[in-house]
Amino acid sequence: MKRTLTVVAMLMAGTAAHADGELHLYNWGNYTSPDLVKKFEEKYKVKVTITDFDSNNTALAKVEAGGSGFDLVVPSAGFVKIYADKGLIQELDLSKLPNHKNIDPAWMNVEWDPGRKWSVPWQWGSTGISVNTKDYGGDINTSAIFMDPPKELVGKINVVPEMGDVLALATMYEGGKICDDDPAVMKKVRDALIAAKPKWMAMDYSTVEKMTKHDYSATVDWNGSTLRQRLAVPEIHYGYPKEGYPLWMDNVVLLKDAPNAENAYLFMDYIMEPENAAMLSAFARYANGIAGSEPFMPDDMKGAPELYPPAEFKDKGHFLTVCTGKALEYQTAIWTELQK
Amino acid sequence: MATLEEEAEVQSRRNAWLLSAPALVVLFAAAAGPLIIVLIYSFLTPATYGNVEWIFSLEGWKGIVFQHDIFSDNLVLADANLVIFWRSVKLSFITTVLTFLVGFPTAWFIATRSPRARALWLFLITIPFWTNLLIRTFAINQIIRNEGVLNTLLLKVGVISEPIRLTYTDTALLIGMVYVYLPLMVLPLFATIDRFDMRLLEAGYDLYANRWQILRRIILPITRPGIIAGSILVFVPCLGAYVTPRILGGGKNMMIGNFIDLQFGQGQNWPLGSALSITLLIIVTIALLAYVRTIGGENRHG
Repeated sequence: MKRTLTVVAMLMAGTAAHADGELHLYNWGNYTSPDLVKKFEEKYKVKVTITDFDSNNTALAKVEAGGSGFDLVVPSAGFVKIYADKGLIQELDLSKLPNHKNIDPAWMNVEWDPGRKWSVPWQWGSTGISVNTKDYGGDINTSAIFMDPPKELVGKINVVPEMGDVLALATMYEGGKICDDDPAVMKKVRDALIAAKPKWMAMDYSTVEKMTKHDYSATVDWNGSTLRQRLAVPEIHYGYPKEGYPLWMDNVVLLKDAPNAENAYLFMDYIMEPENAAMLSAFARYANGIAGSEPFMPDDMKGAPELYPPAEFKDKGHFLTVCTGKALEYQTAIWTELQK
Repeated sequence: MATLEEEAEVQSRRNAWLLSAPALVVLFAAAAGPLIIVLIYSFLTPATYGNVEWIFSLEGWKGIVFQHDIFSDNLVLADANLVIFWRSVKLSFITTVLTFLVGFPTAWFIATRSPRARALWLFLITIPFWTNLLIRTFAINQIIRNEGVLNTLLLKVGVISEPIRLTYTDTALLIGMVYVYLPLMVLPLFATIDRFDMRLLEAGYDLYANRWQILRRIILPITRPGIIAGSILVFVPCLGAYVTPRILGGGKNMMIGNFIDLQFGQGQNWPLGSALSITLLIIVTIALLAYVRTIGGENRHG
């Protein structure tokens, strides 16, 4: 009996000690540098647990359902506001973030969080098309790849299940703008997407793995993801849709009910250290929003076509905002119809 | 004065309640409680970006069959929902039939072995349960991929000239579900066939029945309870299947389970998701009631 009690006491002590050093990060899948996490764990003796999500809406739904136990979430730009409006995140105590000053001025006074009081930058990039040029030799700088697929690609295309990105691409392809609320345009968008869907193979998040294994010949994709694919399979190239493509930024926010807020601050501050920000970029292959991180970036990212759009497509990128009102209603309705 | 006997009876009744209390608490907390929440949510209004507003509404239930056309605001038949329901029922039914066609001979084979061999065969049937369902489903995907084991082999042998596209098709789903649910068909069938009196077959032959008549008039009627039990065990979980269609369907070919999941995530319509969950529950209940009826009838006729 006594021995049992000792064991129980030891177990309890063990869990208590464990709980001191924990951090739960809820992030996009295949997005967090394991090396960086390991380095952080060793420095602060904190055990980091990462849970994946595959779309902003999924993440928001799970956090909103409550009791998630997560400390940090990495939503895209406009979603930061939604988290704040719903009272899911807390305003940051900047005194605990000495590296806050490292945020690139360009990413400091952002529309979704002026002065960076609620969120710190994770990474940013664009949404375009990844094509295996072994299967298709035509023009890849167009959304027609998935909106009106060439016959070589029919049944071999994937579309990521991210409402904002896909609808932004589709709307601009049909001549509208991001968050268009013109019913005539949105009707065209819906009809075109519904007509295109049978020509797609899947609506799936894991593009790096499936493109490099040649399960897909093309996919709607994010630039860094395509860069990773190209480094594994040289025939894969990134297309910047000339009809217009979205730019985005993902940001780290601190949940209101974060059980390990102190560790969360440590982590946020840690990733704003230029060297560490570069480590994040070196893994996921996106640019980060931290000034002074360039010298630490890997060589194969310097001048990569996925990160630096050619001059002719540079002004075709538009920053993705979260739509409101009628525009959002159209998007949600179209997306639901499309996902069925 | 209460006799000792009465006291003992009271005591044992109290003990019975006490003993079943944990089970009752768990049943309420884990089954009835959440179900009531789901039921309440199905009558509320969806809020923007998920969650619900506490305003009574029947839209969730209407949404199963009808939808608003966003551009004309007309109420139209939600054919996409019905397509998903129909696909689920159809795939579950085909899976049931296929598992039966494969499972019956298997069960018969096992039941007619010597007791020792029988134990070995049954053991082999249960081996897949040792591995997590998710991993087994990924493994299937690995086999049927365009550049997977199956296609590579067929290409090498020269049976086909270009890969058969199975990934993310209904066929892939069927392969996955038949594989996953086959043991659930074999085991109840085995249990019935095991009790089957083989002398009845001899009697049938003695009365000049041919093989077909033996199967139809003797074997099938006697093994009916096993067939029904197996079919229910396969059909019901198939209807609610989530993992298999999620991985083998590629987010495009949904079944009810995935469709419900969608409403709570990207669909942002929790009331509709709740109403769909309850609809699925009702379908399953009807199937189970039909089963109980049939079995009950069986017993009455002795």
